[in-house]
Amino acid sequence: MLPTDPTKKLSFKRHITDGDLVIVYEKHDNMKAVKVSEKSVLENRFGVFKHSDWIGKPFGCKVSSHKGGFVYLLAPTPELWTLVLSHRTQILYIADISFVIMYLELIPGCVVLESGTGSGSLTTSLARSIAPTGHVYTFDFHEQRAMAAREDFERTGLSDLVSVGVRDIQGEGFPKDLIGRADAVFLDLPQPWLAIPSAGQMLKEDGVLCSFSPCIEQVQRSSETLASNFTDIRTFEVLLRTYEVREAKMEQCQTEEGTPGARPNKRKQRVSEASHWEQDKSDSHMVMARPSGEAKGHTGYLTFARLKCVA
Amino acid sequence: MSTTVEQQDNSNQNRRITWEGCSVLLDINDGDRLVFSRLTAGSIVKIGNKNYPLRPLIGCPFGSLFQVESGENGPSLARVISTAEDNNTEDKKECDLKEESRDNRALIDNNTAQTLTGEDIEGMRRQGASGNDIVEALIANSATFENKTSFSQEKYRLKKQKKYAPKVLLRRPFARSICDTYFKKYPARIGFLRVDTLSLILSFSNVTANSDVLVVDMIGGMITGAVAERLGGTGYVCNTYRGDSPYSIEIVRIFNFNDEINKRIVRLSLGELSGNGDLKENEMISSNQESLTFEESTEDKIASKIYKAAKPGEKASQDSINSWKENGFSSLIIAAPDVDAWSIVKEVLPFLSFSAPFVIYHQYLQPLATCMHNLQVEKMAIGLQITEPWLREYQVLPSRTHPHMQMSAFGGYILSGTKICNEKSTTQ
Repeated sequence: MLPTDPTKKLSFKRHITDGDLVIVYEKHDNMKAVKVSEKSVLENRFGVFKHSDWIGKPFGCKVSSHKGGFVYLLAPTPELWTLVLSHRTQILYIADISFVIMYLELIPGCVVLESGTGSGSLTTSLARSIAPTGHVYTFDFHEQRAMAAREDFERTGLSDLVSVGVRDIQGEGFPKDLIGRADAVFLDLPQPWLAIPSAGQMLKEDGVLCSFSPCIEQVQRSSETLASNFTDIRTFEVLLRTYEVREAKMEQCQTEEGTPGARPNKRKQRVSEASHWEQDKSDSHMVMARPSGEAKGHTGYLTFARLKCVA
Repeated sequence: MSTTVEQQDNSNQNRRITWEGCSVLLDINDGDRLVFSRLTAGSIVKIGNKNYPLRPLIGCPFGSLFQVESGENGPSLARVISTAEDNNTEDKKECDLKEESRDNRALIDNNTAQTLTGEDIEGMRRQGASGNDIVEALIANSATFENKTSFSQEKYRLKKQKKYAPKVLLRRPFARSICDTYFKKYPARIGFLRVDTLSLILSFSNVTANSDVLVVDMIGGMITGAVAERLGGTGYVCNTYRGDSPYSIEIVRIFNFNDEINKRIVRLSLGELSGNGDLKENEMISSNQESLTFEESTEDKIASKIYKAAKPGEKASQDSINSWKENGFSSLIIAAPDVDAWSIVKEVLPFLSFSAPFVIYHQYLQPLATCMHNLQVEKMAIGLQITEPWLREYQVLPSRTHPHMQMSAFGGYILSGTKICNEKSTTQ
């Protein structure tokens, strides 16, 4: 997924090959991750797509089924991956993910710890930010989930950047060999305050911790625990509003004089009111935008804190 | 390049201790004032009516806290040493806050509560009292302090502390803190781009090590710097511009970028990128010369270890230009408040690889709506989406948790999408 391997880097000359992971795009809200395999087919409501037809085509191209339906084949990115991955847990979405990475001050070469791994949505973006020389150590107490995540990272080509451990971080804390090595720690746990003391040990001085919690009571307790070793404790909520864009023909209000926009004489207007509203002969198309009717109203609170520098 | 060199460069970018000549962000009184400075032997910061030399900050870890002191050699900044004991007293304070029966029914606001006069305070100062001593004296002489709720007592203490015992926090200038600071102080210079919007831009555009990112950055270099930070000395961020003069990227200088990263920040005019005009041959010659001198200077550096800073924003080398023309860029970001979004995207989109993501930032919705519509009609991209982030901060205190009373209501709009390979673009 990442251009760490130069042969996989996007380019006008890069073509889909056997074994590539592609995102099959039907609609913005309907995508699927598919591993290209010469003998395989993809079946959806548009018909049957032969993978062999895809090989040799550039990424971003449109391909047709036997019935003439079509889909686009995209190169995977962490954003697309978040939309297609299998949900084994509640996952983090782009607004929270982006904000977390920015506030954790992650750059290439950083070491970051995460618990729990969950479905690996955030992990994928963490890996992108610390590549090619940094590392993500992610832990989940659920063995099967950790295994599934490991397989996913194998599929997306991130295995070299991510280590998945099976461990109850709330109960046992992070492994001792990571003490003092982390630039940042991310916690998405039901009782984050239990893991905060250990997270403090792992962090370098001035390193940043983030705790994601859906409930304010969790934030309250975490913040109280953070107060002893951390500073700059701040809690945020970040949401996204999306917009719908539409082009429409708008009727124009015309005065008798035929000068649209001119202030109409009040008395005159009353006399011949009916004739004022008529379709404009010249095509008056307008592109308009409005917020989408529905949106996520809450995901979770993000609490950030910096490990105090003790001189 | 060997891995050891790379690791050194990375640790260099990720330095956690200040050095002479490094760029810092000074947070005075818990965000009340934010100042970018460079730590040199002679640099100072002005707090109140006094100048404080920044020399004591050199060699301290980022995140260190300083308080003002008035010593024999004039006012100075001294590092605050936090101990485990401080932490315990704070814990106690928090516990007290939980039970509260006092209120402000008896409070009469007639300005007579404080018996200490300005002259008294000046007198204390002359006798060498510290800022904290003055704060304690003010509290002892306040007739109303005892009756305040513990929460407003804390507020009173903080207010006085800020005035008489200001604190300076030493911060790393990172994309996050730089964007935050500009948004607070000079929002117009960065096109009113809020930090959460910047973070979304970097995600949607899939910026990562080894990316070749084409940017149209007309917001002072905020985008260029943030992208270069994520590239960490790999790939390229190429700033393209119309006409003869590149757009200012002065904000880039606030980041503590090493040579390796600065070398990855280049510029290229749109005309040269499009490859039209007779300029090309001349340019090729001159860029060859440039790259020659460049080689020399790197050799010099290794040989003599004399520090010579690479300047960000040099002209892109002909090799890079050729490679971009052949392969396309892997991401595109446009932040051009004064250029019509559609007219610029039309020009630069052809240089983006197929299936590569792009992001256009604007503080107004309409230009993006029109642009999105046109991209749809022309079948140039899919996954088109206009989004606007919303960010709210919370005060979290025992029994007193609520959203902040004041918040930024707007951080900008972004249009994101993925370029596709349609029949039109393949025949090009």
